[in-house]
Amino acid sequence: MDMSSTQIWTIIALLGIGTFLIRFSFLGIIGDRELPEWVLRHLRYTPVSVLPALIAPLVLWPEATGGQPDLARILAAAVTLLLGVTTKNVLAAIFGGAGTLYLGLYLLG
Amino acid sequence: MTSPNSRSAFWLGVRHGAPFLFVVIPFAVLFGVVATEAGFNLAQVMGFSVLVIAGASQFAAIQLITENAPTAVILATALAVNLRMAMYSASLTPHLGAAPLWQRALMAYFLVDQSYAVGVARFEKHPEMSRAQKTAYFFGVILPICPMWYLMTYAGAVMGQEIPPEYALDFAVPITFLALIAPALRTLAHVAAALVSVAVALALAFLPYNGGLMIASIAAMMAGAQVELWLKRQNRWT
Repeated sequence: MDMSSTQIWTIIALLGIGTFLIRFSFLGIIGDRELPEWVLRHLRYTPVSVLPALIAPLVLWPEATGGQPDLARILAAAVTLLLGVTTKNVLAAIFGGAGTLYLGLYLLG
Repeated sequence: MTSPNSRSAFWLGVRHGAPFLFVVIPFAVLFGVVATEAGFNLAQVMGFSVLVIAGASQFAAIQLITENAPTAVILATALAVNLRMAMYSASLTPHLGAAPLWQRALMAYFLVDQSYAVGVARFEKHPEMSRAQKTAYFFGVILPICPMWYLMTYAGAVMGQEIPPEYALDFAVPITFLALIAPALRTLAHVAAALVSVAVALALAFLPYNGGLMIASIAAMMAGAQVELWLKRQNRWT
C-alpha cells in the first residue's frame, strides 16, 4: 500500500458521503416515486456483477504466491462457492472455505 | 417514541434484529482483522466501519487500496457495490417517507442489509402500523446490529495486530466475497451476470487502473438484465 494517510482518509470520507447519499436518495430527496423498470433490472445485478470481477484475479493469481496459481487457494474458493450455493449460509461457506485453505496449505504447502 | 405502542414496536424491532448478530459479529471482526493486516491503522479501520457502515464495500475498498488502484476506481467500485441500497431506500419510502427530515437522515445512515430486510418484511405484513410505530420498529432493529458492528470492528482491529502472516489472510477477502455471492446466485440471470463478470475480468486483467474490473461489472449487469428479459419472454421468470 503506497497511499498516504490523507489519501486514505479522503477515500473513507467520500465513500461515506456517497454511500449515505445512495441510502438517503429516495427516503430523503426523491420521495415516493418508482424507479424505472430498466434501472431496477440493472441494479438487481450489481453485487453479483462487481464482486466476482474483483475476486476472480485474486483467486487465480494470488499476490501471496507471486501471482502463481495456488492449488490450496483454488480449492478453498471452490469449497466456499459450493457451500454457499448449497447451504445458502454465508458463515458456513466462510468457515468451510477457510478450513479448506488451512488444510490445503498444511498438506500441499 | 413516547407512546406505549411505539415503545413496544421498538422492543419488537430489537428482538427481530438480535438474531443477525450471528452474522454481523464475525463479519465485523473479520473486517477489523483483514484491514489491520493490510496495513490500515486503528482510526482508519474504525473510520470505514463508522462512516461507511457497509461491509462488502469496505472490503472492496481496502482490497483496491492495497492494490494501489486509482481513487476514482476505488470509489466507483465500492459505491457500485452499495447501489442496491438505492432500491432499499425506494422501497422503504412509502412506509417511512413522511417522517421528519432528521429521522429520515438517521434512518438512511442506518439503512443496512439487515435493517432493510427485517423492516420491509414487517411493514408489508402489518400495513396497519402507524408511521411512528414503523420508525420505532426500524430503530429497534438497528439497536443490536449497528453498535455491535463498530465494537466488533474494533475488536478485530486489535486482534489483527497479533496475527502472523502465515495465516494467509490475503485470502480472507476472496473467501468472504464468494460466501456472500453464492447464496445470491438465485436465478439463471444472477449466474449469467457472475459468469460474465469473472470471464471479462480475467480476460481484461492486463488493463491498467483496474479497467477490467469496471468493464466486467458493467458487462455483467447488462448480461443479468438481458437474461432476465429473456427468461420473462420464455415465461420462466419467477
